[in-house]
Amino acid sequence: MNLKLKIWRQANAEAKGKTITYSISDISPDMSFLEMMDMHNEQLIQQGEDPVAFDHDCREGICGMCSMFINGEAHGPDRLVTTCQLHMRKFKDGDTITIEPFRANAFPVIKDLAVDRSAFDRIQQAGGFVSVNTSGNTQDANAIPIDKHDADKAFDAATCIGCGACVASCKNASAMLFVSAKVSQYALLPQGKVEATDRVLNMVNQMDEEGFGNCTNTGACEVECPKGISLENIARMNRAYLTASLKG
Amino acid sequence: MAKLDSKIPKGSLSKKWTNHKSKINLVSPANKRLIDVIVVGTGLAGASASATLAELGYNVKTFCFQDSPRRAHSIAAQGGINAAKNYQGDGDSTFRLFYDTIKGGDYRSRESNVYRLAEVSTNIIDQCVAQGVPFARDYGGLLDNRSFGGVLVSRTFYAKGQTGQQLLLGAYSAMNRQIGRGKIKMYNRHEMMDLVLIDGKARGIITRNLVNGEIERYSAHAVVIASGGYGNVFFLSTNAMGSNVSASWKIHKRGAHFANPCFTQIHPTCIPVSGEHQSKLTLMSESLRNDGRIWVPKKLEDVKAIRAGKLKATDVVEEDRDYYLERRYPAFGNLVPRDVASRAAKERCDAGFGVNKTGEAVYLDFAAAINRYGKEQAHVKGLDENDATLVKKLGQEVVRAKYGNLFQMYEKIVDQDPYETPMMIYPAVHYTMGGVWVDYNLMTSIPGCYAIGEANFSDHGANRLGASALMQGLADGYFVLPYTIGDYLSDDIRTGPISTDSPEFEAAEKEVKDQMKAFVNNNGKHSVDYYHKKLGKIMWDKCGMSRNEKGLKEAISEIKTLREDFYKNVKVPGGSEEFNEQLAKAGRVADFLELGELFAKDALERTESCGGHFREESQTPEGEAMRDDKNFTFVSAWEYKGEPSNAKLHKEELKFKEIEVKTRSYK
Repeated sequence: MNLKLKIWRQANAEAKGKTITYSISDISPDMSFLEMMDMHNEQLIQQGEDPVAFDHDCREGICGMCSMFINGEAHGPDRLVTTCQLHMRKFKDGDTITIEPFRANAFPVIKDLAVDRSAFDRIQQAGGFVSVNTSGNTQDANAIPIDKHDADKAFDAATCIGCGACVASCKNASAMLFVSAKVSQYALLPQGKVEATDRVLNMVNQMDEEGFGNCTNTGACEVECPKGISLENIARMNRAYLTASLKG
Repeated sequence: MAKLDSKIPKGSLSKKWTNHKSKINLVSPANKRLIDVIVVGTGLAGASASATLAELGYNVKTFCFQDSPRRAHSIAAQGGINAAKNYQGDGDSTFRLFYDTIKGGDYRSRESNVYRLAEVSTNIIDQCVAQGVPFARDYGGLLDNRSFGGVLVSRTFYAKGQTGQQLLLGAYSAMNRQIGRGKIKMYNRHEMMDLVLIDGKARGIITRNLVNGEIERYSAHAVVIASGGYGNVFFLSTNAMGSNVSASWKIHKRGAHFANPCFTQIHPTCIPVSGEHQSKLTLMSESLRNDGRIWVPKKLEDVKAIRAGKLKATDVVEEDRDYYLERRYPAFGNLVPRDVASRAAKERCDAGFGVNKTGEAVYLDFAAAINRYGKEQAHVKGLDENDATLVKKLGQEVVRAKYGNLFQMYEKIVDQDPYETPMMIYPAVHYTMGGVWVDYNLMTSIPGCYAIGEANFSDHGANRLGASALMQGLADGYFVLPYTIGDYLSDDIRTGPISTDSPEFEAAEKEVKDQMKAFVNNNGKHSVDYYHKKLGKIMWDKCGMSRNEKGLKEAISEIKTLREDFYKNVKVPGGSEEFNEQLAKAGRVADFLELGELFAKDALERTESCGGHFREESQTPEGEAMRDDKNFTFVSAWEYKGEPSNAKLHKEELKFKEIEVKTRSYK
């Protein structure tokens, strides 16, 4: 396949960025999107140009590091995949592909397509944990049976990879899907219930401080989430937040 | 350099750890506040160690090259974590887990360390559940288990195909709690560039800030390396793109012995290579071998027809299929350990029975499991067990619940539906059992420098059993290092803060800066990846699943030549004081180019076959690996002496007191 790539280039956080158009040829449909980007970078290096910076690591859809906005969609046109799992067979010969970073005030660009998502870490540090010491001196793992449905739902929420696609897809750059997934995981498990009130208040406050926008229930986040995290989590968190605020 | 002292405590095997813990020196809570510890890496070992050390009261500085500690490659571990809980009542015990691990490692691991690992394994599960890790449960609400290769009990705890993710997020959450309290200072996007020694003790590190390229100095009273394995020396592996040996290699160059570098795990079930563009390989969890049957056609004409697209796998009738693992190893069948399964796949493909275009793939087939589960479900629900369509549908639902994410990953990469047609798989580099040599306390041969998790060598011998890497990472980080490090640090309670304004820091920083400048000013002609791919090919062809004297000697000289060419002709675009991924890669590949040579030298030296190390010269008439216990019951610990070819071999004799050393058989 021969393709045209329109890529966002920005030297650093302060620099003004712009879109630059490149051509690339001999792309195999079996390549992953990032392998296509590797090939493009290899060509730029050979031509003495600066290769395109982008975040990536595991290349199997689990670390959450890759983060491209491709043709107007976080992680591109396929569903339930991250950019590293997107394959070139989803494109046609002659296509023009627009590649931008995940954009949000809370995710400043570092260089080109790489952004700073440390706001997510800070939200987790505000309460995304169970306050139990790591000494191993806890009760036996089977001491508290957990309803399988609750355990499964907690697991589904816990599969969030923290990539930020939800924020990038939201017109308000809201982080509600990400935060609610963590809040839900713990709220559904007996181990997490003890400090559920403080957790939801602290995490939501931190989310607001980081400058993420409000949720207006458009559901774009759920559509673009590579792990299929459900909007149900947002509803659950809203209830928990309201209850906690009234208690507070 | 001092003689190797593994510091194994005296006394009976089952009492060693308990006695050791009660005798070693402690640091009082008030004094812990005066002590700094650096941890490099935030996978299961690094994250759990950071959290626990901080909780104990030490000031922890933790570093990772990724943009968040949650991204470390432990996140990608799929199948599960072993623990001798015996919840299934199938005869499991601490001793059995210990025995299976020693045998699985082909009697090349340290007995005392492995026993301790089995001993603390049950604590890990309790700890993780208390943290809110959502393990799989049965309808009664209790924890579920599955089986892994090389064992005859069900002791593996899991969270679908994302066990590593859930355990790492658990450890990450424990870290977050301590970061929030200010007890851990977290440095994301920082790469360790060197270790700083003062008066022979590890006292700090030099790092490069990957965002702006700044070279920075950090001091501490002890340094813990938890930077994982070196599988990426093969270029193509199941490791993440950024996984590297540099932290381990830098401490090796500063005096830490490197043990058994040739012990590498080639995992049997990975998605085959599709072309030259390939950047990494994807694992399909070993847990799939609980339900998948591995086969190739019996007839070469069927193989030809399949490759030509004229015959479908599902059309090959039962009697024309060769379920070669079940044929060769009736006792363990599809659940033989990884090294055995990988070699068996290679044997069939080398004989011409590979089922894809490249001839390097075998089938992993779920049809029998789908049928079995479907019938069971139909029976439970009182439906017609002879309705094939219904049975298939019900069976597929069960399989989806167990392995859904793995099947989805496969479908996205290969563009085939594994619910309908068998998966194609082939072995790929996955894990490195070798690593930095450590004593019983997990301290390297440098005082005050520790290595934990995959970065060290101690627990898996020549072959690691499935679901044991997660167990070891968390055991080291939560339950072993936090105790043993106190024994060393108890001498440091009066040391006070360590200044970074010393000649030692100055010199180490200058070396790093010079190397960075040399790379960006080199003005060569080939990219870093060009060299990495060449190295990978040498490693895979000559130090891969099967090794011989001639090939290993060639590998040693080819790697040396490649390394010299690299320094002359590598081209690194951009500057050193900016975000520059190519520059970061150049440093990592430079270290792989040294490690690769030592790896081949180690493989050449060990003329026996054991575990994942298969020397063609040492095999039984049936083609099984043949150990040489008389001459090789030792750990090879290499001391750095300049060029890798000058490395000096030290031997740590392995003594097995509680178990009988036997030929490892899974027949």
